[in-house]
Amino acid sequence: MTPTRVAFSALLGKDLRTELRTLQSLPAMALFAVTTFVIFRFGLDRTALSGSLAAGVLWVTLLFAAILGINRLFVAEREEGGFDAVRLAPIDRTAVFAAKAAALLVYLVALELITVPIFAIFFLDSAAALPPLALALLLADLGLAATGTLISSMAVNSRARDLLTPLVLLPLAVPLSIATTGAIEPLLGVGGPTYERFGTWLAVLGLYDLIFLLVGYAVFDFLLED
Amino acid sequence: MTEAIELRGLRREYGERAALAGVDLSLRRGESLLVLGPNGAGKTTLLRVLATLLRPSGGKASVLGAALPGEAWKVRGRIGLLGHDALLYRDLSGRENLRFHARLHGIGGDDAEARIDELLGAAGMARRADDRVAELSAGMRQRIAVCRCVLHEPELLLLDEPDSNLDAEGRELAQGLIGPAPGRSRVLVSHDPERFRAESDQVLRLGIGEAAGAAAA
Repeated sequence: MTPTRVAFSALLGKDLRTELRTLQSLPAMALFAVTTFVIFRFGLDRTALSGSLAAGVLWVTLLFAAILGINRLFVAEREEGGFDAVRLAPIDRTAVFAAKAAALLVYLVALELITVPIFAIFFLDSAAALPPLALALLLADLGLAATGTLISSMAVNSRARDLLTPLVLLPLAVPLSIATTGAIEPLLGVGGPTYERFGTWLAVLGLYDLIFLLVGYAVFDFLLED
Repeated sequence: MTEAIELRGLRREYGERAALAGVDLSLRRGESLLVLGPNGAGKTTLLRVLATLLRPSGGKASVLGAALPGEAWKVRGRIGLLGHDALLYRDLSGRENLRFHARLHGIGGDDAEARIDELLGAAGMARRADDRVAELSAGMRQRIAVCRCVLHEPELLLLDEPDSNLDAEGRELAQGLIGPAPGRSRVLVSHDPERFRAESDQVLRLGIGEAAGAAAA
């Protein structure tokens, strides 16, 4: 059996190299998010957002942008049957789940590095909220990466992949969305960031991450079967 | 000598349709089996079951001493599959694909590089090894796929129309890599009954929805 860390680094390296070469996911995700911010700016006719509205606009935009990347996460595996060769390798299938989730996490973090500063320029009065915001988003990304990897692996063989992913993912992301917006809402208040129940929501996010990472660990092997 | 493959009444169904309706065979290590049959007879399904990519619906199957599907993990890494698809990533070069599969099979460092260079040379692909697979012709992709198939020196080769897309030179070079070798068992699927008969020890004729058993070639 090939050591799991070797398999993990091979799979993750392959995904990142392919994305750097083809730029199939990240540019589309970033462009979608920035365009959505522009639409919100003119649609709401507001130059500043705060509280729950700011949290909602930011998180929903990032979530929908993430779906673009989640949809494409296993496409390279489906084309030319590349995944069959991976399934034939003497590796722990958990390494495949971990590598795919890690690749998605990298995409989400990169997406936020590009788009959150743009969101701040468009809608926030100061950048004081950004450091704690980054922590909350990182925890949210981890949960979204775990859930998205599971859903994407199920949807990839379906012709209705583009429809199936959001239909299955979004209900599963409701608890994640509640916790994320709950955590970031006080950070984006009018008078600057406050930390009301911030720790509680981070704990909820951590629990969501843990549950879906464990679910992925437990069921991913079965999802790869015929 | 232990059996490389042992099948007793192997069945595989897709919903109501039986792709394999009871296959019996016993192939010893080092032997080659030629699988013949019309389109839709289940040849590719049989290979995918043997490769552990599909679960049998019934019957008994043992590959390299491991009972399927329960002990499938024991044979992964000991099988080389050359299927209809090249099983390569289009946006990586041939060399990068082979490097990736070498790592998945636990071959790393200088050993991997030496093995990859050796295979690419033997397949006549050294000059185009750094081109993206998407830029290669179908025949060149097949040559890289042959390299991928034997990269980890598998004990059992499952070859589905291995000549597909290959020109005369490609067939000859591929034969050097996937031809008969001591201790290596092979299952060959072909539409041409004569193409691999001389190098086969047994022949299995599959019919659509019929039980089948192997016979001496």
